Amino acid sequence: MEPIIAPADFSLFGFIPTVIFSFLIPVVGVGCFAYIMARRVAPLVKAAPDNRFDQIPQRIIAVIKLWLLQWRQPRYMVAGVLHIMIFVGFLVLSIRSTQLVILGVSSKFAIPGFDTIIGDIYNVLKDYAATMVLVACIIAAYRRGVVKPARYAVPEKYGHDHTAEAIFVLGLISTLMISESLFEASELAASGHEKFLAPLSLVWFEYLLLSGASQGTLQAIHIAAYYVHDITFFFFLCFLPMGKHFHVITSVFNVFFMRMKKGNTKPVRHDVTEEQLDDLESFGVKKIEDFTWKHMLDFYSCADCGRCSDQCPANTVGRPLSPRFITIKGRDKLFANYPLRGAFAESKPLIGDIYEEDEIWSCTTCGACEQECPLGIEYIDKIVDLRRAMVDEGMVPQSLQKPLSALEKRGNAWGKMEKKRAEWAQEEEFAAQCQVKILDGKETADTLYFVDSISSYDDRMQALARATARILCAAGTDFGVLGKEEKDSGNEVRRFGEEMLFQSLKSHNIDAILNSGARHIVTADPHAFNAIKNDYHNDELPDIEHLSQYVARKIKSGEIRLKGVEDPSKIYTYHDPCYLGRHNEVYDDPRNAMDAIPGLKRVEMIKSRDRSFCCSGGGLMLFYEPEEEERMAVLRVKMAAEAGANVIVTACPFCLVNMEDAIKVAKMEDTMEAIDFSELIARHLDA
Amino acid sequence: MEILVCVKRVPDTEENEITISSAGNDIERDDLVYSVNEWDNYAVEEAIQIVDKVGGSVTVVTVGDDESEEVLRREMAMGAEKGILVSDDAFAGADGKGIATALKGVVEKEKYDLILTGAQADDGAGQVGGMLAAMLDLPYASLVNKIEVLDGKLKVGREIEGGNQEMSEIEMPCVLSIQTGINEPRYVGIRGIRKVASVEIPTFSASDLGVSAVEPALKKVDYFVPEMGEGAEMLEGSVEEMAEKLVELLKAKGGLK
Amino acid sequence: MAQIFAYIAHKDGVADDSALELATAAKAIDAGADVTAIVVGAGVDALCNDMAASYKSVWKIDKADVAYPNAEIIRAMLAKVVPGDAVVLMAHDTFGMDLGPGLSIKMDSPFAPDVVGIDGVDGSTLKMVRQEFGGQVSTHVACDIASGAVITIRPGSFAADESKSAGGAVADKTADAGDVTAKRKFLEVVEAEAGDVDITKSEVLVSVGRGIEEEENIEIARELAEAMGADLSCSRPIVDAKWLEKSRQVGTSGQTVKPKVYMAMGISGSFQHLGGIKGNPFIVAVNKNAKAPIFQVADIGIVADILEFMPELTEKVKSA
Repeated sequence: MEPIIAPADFSLFGFIPTVIFSFLIPVVGVGCFAYIMARRVAPLVKAAPDNRFDQIPQRIIAVIKLWLLQWRQPRYMVAGVLHIMIFVGFLVLSIRSTQLVILGVSSKFAIPGFDTIIGDIYNVLKDYAATMVLVACIIAAYRRGVVKPARYAVPEKYGHDHTAEAIFVLGLISTLMISESLFEASELAASGHEKFLAPLSLVWFEYLLLSGASQGTLQAIHIAAYYVHDITFFFFLCFLPMGKHFHVITSVFNVFFMRMKKGNTKPVRHDVTEEQLDDLESFGVKKIEDFTWKHMLDFYSCADCGRCSDQCPANTVGRPLSPRFITIKGRDKLFANYPLRGAFAESKPLIGDIYEEDEIWSCTTCGACEQECPLGIEYIDKIVDLRRAMVDEGMVPQSLQKPLSALEKRGNAWGKMEKKRAEWAQEEEFAAQCQVKILDGKETADTLYFVDSISSYDDRMQALARATARILCAAGTDFGVLGKEEKDSGNEVRRFGEEMLFQSLKSHNIDAILNSGARHIVTADPHAFNAIKNDYHNDELPDIEHLSQYVARKIKSGEIRLKGVEDPSKIYTYHDPCYLGRHNEVYDDPRNAMDAIPGLKRVEMIKSRDRSFCCSGGGLMLFYEPEEEERMAVLRVKMAAEAGANVIVTACPFCLVNMEDAIKVAKMEDTMEAIDFSELIARHLDA
Repeated sequence: MEILVCVKRVPDTEENEITISSAGNDIERDDLVYSVNEWDNYAVEEAIQIVDKVGGSVTVVTVGDDESEEVLRREMAMGAEKGILVSDDAFAGADGKGIATALKGVVEKEKYDLILTGAQADDGAGQVGGMLAAMLDLPYASLVNKIEVLDGKLKVGREIEGGNQEMSEIEMPCVLSIQTGINEPRYVGIRGIRKVASVEIPTFSASDLGVSAVEPALKKVDYFVPEMGEGAEMLEGSVEEMAEKLVELLKAKGGLK
Repeated sequence: MAQIFAYIAHKDGVADDSALELATAAKAIDAGADVTAIVVGAGVDALCNDMAASYKSVWKIDKADVAYPNAEIIRAMLAKVVPGDAVVLMAHDTFGMDLGPGLSIKMDSPFAPDVVGIDGVDGSTLKMVRQEFGGQVSTHVACDIASGAVITIRPGSFAADESKSAGGAVADKTADAGDVTAKRKFLEVVEAEAGDVDITKSEVLVSVGRGIEEEENIEIARELAEAMGADLSCSRPIVDAKWLEKSRQVGTSGQTVKPKVYMAMGISGSFQHLGGIKGNPFIVAVNKNAKAPIFQVADIGIVADILEFMPELTEKVKSA
């Protein structure tokens, strides 16, 4: 056999040098790509500013962990492994792809340094990489086309199914793999000499298939495979920014720029200080250009994997919210308003256009979506920004106007009087055992117990306040409460979009806390914990702990001793509250504290830790009536029962309200009880 | 259409516990939070919605003191263009007729097509609107829960017993008292109120309006709380016996129609 | 003592319950007074004769243009016909609220609205009781009625005078009323649909909670409500189960109600539910659980199964 003629040297029909195509295709391809990218970047230039250039070392680590090591992918094992196969394959093959493009112009081209053993190793690696990618594509296509996992389904109201696009792209990738290896196999079959071929790789099989082919056939296949690869490659490159595969390009940037801090909410605008807020013409995101450039980048980066919506509790109970479609609709809006050809469209208000009011009010800010997304896409800040705009325009559901007005006037959503805020401490039996100081300037204490509104005023939740106080007493801590000077921490208020009310509550509370002279803060309410720790932004504030962290610490130091479990037959399970677990990463302290009770039997629910399922208590949701098929908390207590538990322990008063209610609704009074962490510990204090 | 809405600053019954002062001649006012009377708020929302449809402007007016300005600003934050404060010692402690007299002075200063009040306020009297209409010799309709603008007149629905609605046509200018539930008042946040914080609100005294104070006809002798027992009186006996006893008690309380 | 008049509210030829309550109220003002009933409407002869049994004198104004009570027209008529120094009583119902305030101005008399008690006259000073702040407090008020007064009486605060021993006479004052043109014209009454009840305005509520157990049992509560002339309401779980419309939910995330009587049937009395009940209603709680928190805020408590108790109560109410 004669050596095969490379595309760089070949002439089509004997007189058209194919090297022309080798020039043209890349030039046109890159040119189109650059143009498309410029159009895609256009809205980001008009977007609101964002603050993403801080903490560079952490950002680099995030890129290594989430992007390079695909850290979150295996959370959905099958899809995760398939994706890792394709991703690794792409990384490895990127060198080969570059080489191929240049080969089309200069047939003698070799990558510098690759004429050594490195080149040989790479050749083997790339062959297996291509094989792995093709296998993954075939399995993926099967999953998409036949298995059809639920999270990929597109509900009617969101338009047509995405399966065709998915399979099309898998087809393109498969074409790249096959054509690249055919290009190599055909040359090897023609050259005849034995070259080491990675056994059982794609190219190895093709070589076998082509071994008996004629020179002419091999030559034709060689040229055809090259240009099929070349065209497909550049077509794919230009196709990437057109849909969900844009993530191939944007993912590394999206991860680099992702949220480094957890639990806090973004300021109204990054370039506007809190003092300047009063002068702002408009609050929140009304039209798409009001999003920050990172949020727009998020829209571009969505891979349509559906994991966020799969984890979203609102979506699970049938509320009109699906995080995946918040992003997809945002992306499609950007595409529509900034088309590849034609003028940019005039932007219309988003609510009523691509988003509905109820859709945005349905979110409990639990963070399950953000925790799951392998690309670092954020949701809570976007929802909060959209709510800020709705509040600015007066689009507030009627049922929420009363609690907001009550928060403004009385500092708590129930409208109860300030002077009754510490009345829970005066309950006869309790007051006899435990004196609670009111830190009103006359009394001081080392530690401030920040009670927050629900535990102060709700009849049932006051028991939690008393239990917490008992624990503090038992540990010998010098503590007090703010009493009537304490106002709602404002965590929900801010996430509701009422920024100015939040600022007012925050500055009042900061003054009260600083005036108390306390050097530490403890709270049993994760919402207060989150607000003070992450949203109050005041360096003078003392450190704050959640009760579970405090208890775990005191058990270790021996200042709290626990006696044997009351009822050894009970089986306990711990429910991670969103604002303690996911948002503040406190998972082990409550568990360790519970396990320190001798004889306590504890089981884990399948959805625990950062996959905990929200009780629906966040975002003023105690007062809002969403449309849903079932209550989130009902699903949660059923999960507890499935795990084999008959007691569900929470560490958040909102969770407790919802769990106790759910037990009644689900008629599980005989098989399940709900108890707060503070109550559990208080009951087991060894006197 | 030029609409005047009369609003009142009242202790918020939702967010307060009303108790009698130790002197017994008033309620305890120290810890109270005040806001705009709920019915008046519905009236302002209705006025704004009418003006959004047919053009014109909404003016809110209150008879009170400096503190009353806050409810004017809140309603202006909601969308009323102008606010008027009527403040004069002569009107302190005025009754419904006194307030209506002051408001008459305000009405006569400009030309209004429609005057709205809330159907009632904290004292449950519901009288200012009707009195004002009679003083101005304008047609009146109370407990209005629907307004449709026609040519030179309005079609109004009044809420009557049994949840029924009485439909009438009323000529303008007229006075209407507005019932809650006529619309869904829009939300006013702190931000909205700050935006109108520096808008000028003219203040009128009794002499500016050419009216003089009126001595209240109904004098309040004292405040008291009627007797109420601790916890429920538990009935005993068989289901039949308890049902019979209950019927007696219900009759006495007017619970049976 | 000036003449006392009682404005008789009526519908379809039948006097409202308040008609005879006004007679009692008038006696509380002046036990020996001869009270004149005023009946305004079209074709009201029979009604006037009826009222003559309870009132010493009945003034009839019978005209087609007040077949439906138009307060604008009637106010003008009364201002002409009734002496300027008369004490005029009327029910504090939706018509009284429409008529009263303006009438007091036209008659240049003091106005006392929504009176719930009368403590008699001292010289020419009439002492009465009113409520304020949604019924949370009561006030003693006093008013000089030497030049007359217009007083609206809260329905149900006085017992009806059923004595029918007045033996009164009917006088036709139609001519004196004359022709009145008003700038308000009655069109029609739009009846409420079954689902359109606004429980925030209801005076008596039969409210069901989880104790109702099944959707079909709600019928039992409906029957009781009908027998009592009450409206049906509920707590949140009933709405969540979609057994009743959202508009019937009483609670902090539902409606705020201000009834005179609240029947809490199978309701535990959660903080969220009670937060929707304002004023000072007479609360009757029926619950299987003797420890239900509702018993702490109720006036009358009955430990029983509502599915047994309600039918029994309905029977007793019907035969009452």
